[in-house]
Amino acid sequence: MNNKTSSNILIVGVGGQGVLLASEILSDVAMRAGFDVKKSEVHGMSQRGGVVSSHVKYGPKVFSPIIPYGQADILISFEQAEALRALDWVKKGGLVATSRTRLVPPIATGGQFTYPDDPVTEIRKKIKNVVALDADKIALELGNIRLVNTLLLGAISSGLQFDNAAWEQSLKARVKAKFVDLNLKAFARGQNAAAEAVAS
Amino acid sequence: MKRLLSGNEAVARGAYEAGIKLAAAYPGTPSTEILETLAEEYRSVYSEWSPNEKVAFEVGIGSSLGGARTLVAMKHVGLNVAADPFMTFAYTGVRGGFVLVSADDPEMHSSQNEQDNRYYARFAQIPFLDPSDSQEAKDFVRRGCEISELFDTPVMLHMTTRISHSKSLVEENDPVTPPELPFAHEMEKFVMIPANARKRHVVVTERMEKLRKFAEETDLNVLEENGSDVGIITGGISYQYAKESMPNADYLKLGLGFPLPLEKIRRFVESHKTTIVVEELEPFYEEAINAAGLKVEGKEYFSRLGELSPYLVSKGLYEAGLAEQAKGADFEAESLFPRPPILCPGCPHRGAFMALKKLKVPVTGDIGCYTLAVLPPLHVMDSCICMGASIGNAIGLEKVDKSHKGVVAVIGDSTFLHSGITGLLDAVYNKSNVTVMILDNRVTAMTGGQQHPATGFTLMGEPTRQVDFVELCKALGVEEDHIRQVDPYDYQGTIDAVKEQMEKAGPSVLITTRACVLMPKRIIDRAYKVDLDLCNGCSACFRIGCPAILPSKEMTRRNRPKAVIDPTLCTGCTLCAQVCQPEAIIPVEEPSTVAK
Repeated sequence: MNNKTSSNILIVGVGGQGVLLASEILSDVAMRAGFDVKKSEVHGMSQRGGVVSSHVKYGPKVFSPIIPYGQADILISFEQAEALRALDWVKKGGLVATSRTRLVPPIATGGQFTYPDDPVTEIRKKIKNVVALDADKIALELGNIRLVNTLLLGAISSGLQFDNAAWEQSLKARVKAKFVDLNLKAFARGQNAAAEAVAS
Repeated sequence: MKRLLSGNEAVARGAYEAGIKLAAAYPGTPSTEILETLAEEYRSVYSEWSPNEKVAFEVGIGSSLGGARTLVAMKHVGLNVAADPFMTFAYTGVRGGFVLVSADDPEMHSSQNEQDNRYYARFAQIPFLDPSDSQEAKDFVRRGCEISELFDTPVMLHMTTRISHSKSLVEENDPVTPPELPFAHEMEKFVMIPANARKRHVVVTERMEKLRKFAEETDLNVLEENGSDVGIITGGISYQYAKESMPNADYLKLGLGFPLPLEKIRRFVESHKTTIVVEELEPFYEEAINAAGLKVEGKEYFSRLGELSPYLVSKGLYEAGLAEQAKGADFEAESLFPRPPILCPGCPHRGAFMALKKLKVPVTGDIGCYTLAVLPPLHVMDSCICMGASIGNAIGLEKVDKSHKGVVAVIGDSTFLHSGITGLLDAVYNKSNVTVMILDNRVTAMTGGQQHPATGFTLMGEPTRQVDFVELCKALGVEEDHIRQVDPYDYQGTIDAVKEQMEKAGPSVLITTRACVLMPKRIIDRAYKVDLDLCNGCSACFRIGCPAILPSKEMTRRNRPKAVIDPTLCTGCTLCAQVCQPEAIIPVEEPSTVAK
């Protein structure tokens, strides 16, 4: 368990992936623990396939809602190349959890730009602490693509000081009642995947 | 317990707490969620989407005239549309308190310019408030109403994207009951014939004097003394960035940004070795302070372009010799492929622009999702200026440019109703040969799926009458046989329809008939797939710019990637199949019957 009293978490993905739920749950956990919380994202292009990011900051007192470059303790990414793109936001010794989802935009099909062959390997060259999961696949197996949010939160949960009871409380507050059990399952799967990644 | 609210949600809460009775707006990023939250959570406030910001503002004036506390909200450029009533309402003043929310978009996250609307407040000689987080965004609505009533003036609440779309903790209060002020005939105050307006202009200048005194005393302007010899004058989100960089400097935080408390500022400047102004975009405060004969620094260290950030402010303070270090680092050049926003899989606009690309005609554009067609690979559009401009642009271009047979204006349904109607009226009146394509996807899509006068529902969810675009165009004087509808999922049919409409003398209208695939509900048909044995790697399907079509790992003999379709993204619009010469794109359930 990490006892830090403040943390910066950057969440990235591609418009349409629904990355905002993860930041809502995360902010809720921090708020219930008594921290000052700020979170920032830009709407407008959120469903149009562009890059989407959400910044979550908590601590005794938070001023700016945006994380400065190089100051993220944790990076959560819904898409592997987006994790690579956002990598320089992460502090030395930071934690990265990324889905292995591969979304190649039309612009990278024309020859001028190419999608990297193996973004996760590139990421591991720079950051030690990396959890990469087939999040979309696991979420669909569990029954709903939106579960990627809780899977990834489970995967980074060891990097934050909140216990499972606190996460459970926030999940219940932020997710429709009929989806709570599925989300708890997804959260546990994420935690296990992270534990396995550390062990290996 | 406190709630974590976005600035926009906080403004809605603030409207409820202030006892606001009516709110009107036209959707526009970053302001949209204010009215959406009101309609969803605070049903006691009457709220409406008006056809455009000018009408919203005028509805608001009527409500204030009726004695009700009133809020109107718009994005920065929306105030350009509403500038006419705004400038004169500053003369008449109010009955019920009136708050105008201007949500500016520094960095142009979703806008065509980044104009600094603080100048509008000075232009109209009305006060503006500058919240720096959600708590203030909420509280300043009620404070705005009180100032509005006390000084008989509309008040601007100056939001920016970072305030509107950041969430922070908010302490909520119970709603207040505002003073009762039933409608009364006040002709000298509200009927702005020249004789009355001349008198009101005098009132405006007297009001400014009173507001200047108020600015010196109000607790909206907060002095934070930490015993530093560095003084920072700031407001809005810039305050948070500066605090993060130099928490122990002295601050004069301006909650009331106009008129400025120049005496208070004079004392602040005189009692500090160095005073620096931190503000986003234009040197609005800095110039006013310098004009008062006080020496402050500012824009020498902070860009006038785009958003500030914790790093940019920290860097500026460091370069000014005030901070010990610049916290953070510059962004490194992007080495990865870019990922610009694009039209969604199944977007009905795609077919329209594929046809226009094929025909190589001049296309004047407008504001909406379809503006994304300007980006490669579609790469179609020759202008995009402001809401409704496509039609006027097309008329002017067509009058002078004889190298083409005609010009096509493309405009969405909501944008057409916002300010395209008068453009089409001009095309009829002045006998223009333009073709107006109304891309009717039956929703205000770009801002997230809002209702409008042709959707059949109001903001508060009541069924209502629906505009019939064909009848509307006829009523404007377009000849009946010059109006056509077309299914934009029919590629060749759309090409033929555009050609046919362009050949007609006088203005013609072509209306596309497919609804948005995302809103109000997701439309998914049978997905398509690529038969890799048939795919010859010609890349025709890549060139329609659909996010569901990806290069596969399998290459042709000439080493070109064959295509593959992501079945979870494909909506089955069939447009890619229609441009596939070898007919390799087929529905998923059907086995390929083509002999190998």
